[in-house]
Amino acid sequence: MATEARTGAPLPARGTAERAQLISLLTAKAKLVRRETVRLTRIAGAGHYTGTFSAAELFAALYYAQLRYRPGQPDWPDRDRFVLSKGHAAIGLYPVLADVGFFDPALLDNYTRLHSRFGDHPDMRKIPGIDFSSGSLGHGLSTTLGMTLAARVQGRPYRSYVILGDGELCEGQVWEAAMAAGHYRAGSLVAIVDRNQLSIDGPTESIMGVEPLDEKFRAFRWQVQRIDGHDFDAILDAFAGLHADPHGPPQMIIADTVKGRGVQRMELDTNWHVGNLVGADYDDVLAEIEAGLQPVAAGRDGQAGGGND
Amino acid sequence: MTDDTRAAAGTGTTGTGTAAGQQISDTFTGSAGASQALKPKGPQTPTGPKDTVKGIQAAAIPAFVAGQELADLGETDPRIVVLTADLAGAGRTADFRDRHPDRFFNMGVAEQNMISVAAGMAASGLRPYLSTFAAYVALLGCEQIRTDLAYPGLPVRILAHHSGMSLGYYGTSHHSLEDLSAMRAIADLTVVCAADANQLRAILRASLDLAGPLYIRLGRGRDPEVYPEVPASFAFGRAVRLTEGRDLTLITTGSQVRPCLDAAALLAEQDGLAVRVVDMHTISPINADEAIAAASETAAVMTVEEHNVTGGLGSAVAEVLLEAGAAVPFRRHGVPDEHVVLGPPAALYAHYELDAAGIAARARRFLAP
Repeated sequence: MATEARTGAPLPARGTAERAQLISLLTAKAKLVRRETVRLTRIAGAGHYTGTFSAAELFAALYYAQLRYRPGQPDWPDRDRFVLSKGHAAIGLYPVLADVGFFDPALLDNYTRLHSRFGDHPDMRKIPGIDFSSGSLGHGLSTTLGMTLAARVQGRPYRSYVILGDGELCEGQVWEAAMAAGHYRAGSLVAIVDRNQLSIDGPTESIMGVEPLDEKFRAFRWQVQRIDGHDFDAILDAFAGLHADPHGPPQMIIADTVKGRGVQRMELDTNWHVGNLVGADYDDVLAEIEAGLQPVAAGRDGQAGGGND
Repeated sequence: MTDDTRAAAGTGTTGTGTAAGQQISDTFTGSAGASQALKPKGPQTPTGPKDTVKGIQAAAIPAFVAGQELADLGETDPRIVVLTADLAGAGRTADFRDRHPDRFFNMGVAEQNMISVAAGMAASGLRPYLSTFAAYVALLGCEQIRTDLAYPGLPVRILAHHSGMSLGYYGTSHHSLEDLSAMRAIADLTVVCAADANQLRAILRASLDLAGPLYIRLGRGRDPEVYPEVPASFAFGRAVRLTEGRDLTLITTGSQVRPCLDAAALLAEQDGLAVRVVDMHTISPINADEAIAAASETAAVMTVEEHNVTGGLGSAVAEVLLEAGAAVPFRRHGVPDEHVVLGPPAALYAHYELDAAGIAARARRFLAP
């Protein structure tokens, strides 16, 4: 368990034993995210499985390899900031925050129950480690930009990270923020799009097309990387490829992911955006998660258009 | 908001105040004529302070003193940052920009982003003041104010200028006659209206110690004086009794305080009525005791506001009085529940009886047996 996760030391290079060791840890933590998402959903009676599973590797890589923070000092002024703009994936973030030591994991046992600190969407006033409340889509890039500009005003060295959903890119405010970040050359702003291909009603490209995402952000004066968001080597390489100039272009990592990844019955199936596993299905899914990522479900491994919409 | 309206508001071609031959035109960057509208407005263009605007002391103009006051406060408080949405001239935050360029952020015509950016700054220890037209911050940005400022309890201060129908013949797109209703429904948001420049200074100074977010409703930047000096006793939620009288209380706020005082003078002079005028500057939390005192100590209560009568000051006072069991004759006076007719501001105030003569006339009809 990380107590002071990272101090800015370089990530281990591909092919080294240290890298393999790190990826082994991250793989276990991605399983933790999926397992806990299933468990907490049962407490609530319904949960956002699939949009959380698509971000599981991103959560793990951020909190166990990249972000600088002090769980015992959540308000450390120089900590890296992290905003989960797609707040509905908080169910997978809470277990990570607990695991790294921001709070007692037992607090999650009353997830969403009356007076719980933990709702479907995260509350910064109630949960140590949450840097900004989220849930209303389209806001997170703006709030994270505010944190980035605050670092500039205050002369602080931190980076500000945000995970956006692909569905929320339809919100106009995202593009207001993207334009402002490019204009102000907010180089210590790192945005990651969890490009899991589906929004609630179906594939993004049939509901409201968002591509070509990389070209769009480049046109907004961002530096863009596009990676496989379930491949830890690719994620770590993307982190290593971030520039360190606070006055450079803002940095985008488009993480191509699969909504529902890790549980085949849910992969690219819009019916599981919100759901609840019961009976034997619950145990089957936990076993599948423990087995690790398998090839994407047959017939769904191409475009999201094959989804169940 | 359209591009041409911004240019007009920033450079004095609006002309909203000229029809009634009264006061000054709606000029915000000085006495420049239309030719200045053609000059590019780059962020590097210095906009020096102006002492007077068509004969009116700039110090008496709230939208003008905001930037100046913030620049002064910014000298000793490094947490203060200022944001605008391409209205640094109209809101006079340019005065802050010129003295603290590293703490000034023009966010372009993107009000929702500006609010949420300010929220992120506040979450990182800064004290952001954001300034733009009331219509676009309170109505367009209502959800951002609720979700990103009030819900997390962040110390962001909103300077919502050109509220009400003060943009005159720009029409409903530029009017903000619903903002008090929307803002006071948001939990943990303090809502205050500045009556003049000195009260605005007091509000800004008091805001330094306010923990949560604050919505400051301003007029069009040339509101005549109510307070001859900065009121030392200003406190959020504590109304100010400006005149005493037992025949009627006018409970008012912001831009209507001055005309209410003038109406009270008219009613005293022409009708022999003694009128109490209460400046209910803070709409949320409302000063219930002061409203109840008016109901029990004076013969009638009328609220006066430059706002739709639905949901604003009048509604807030009515809620207090009814729940307190007050049996006092009561009227709300404001803009009726309609989209206002077109006209310059002064003509609109006369049309809707929101100038001194109109308020006095309303009061007479209310009190008539």
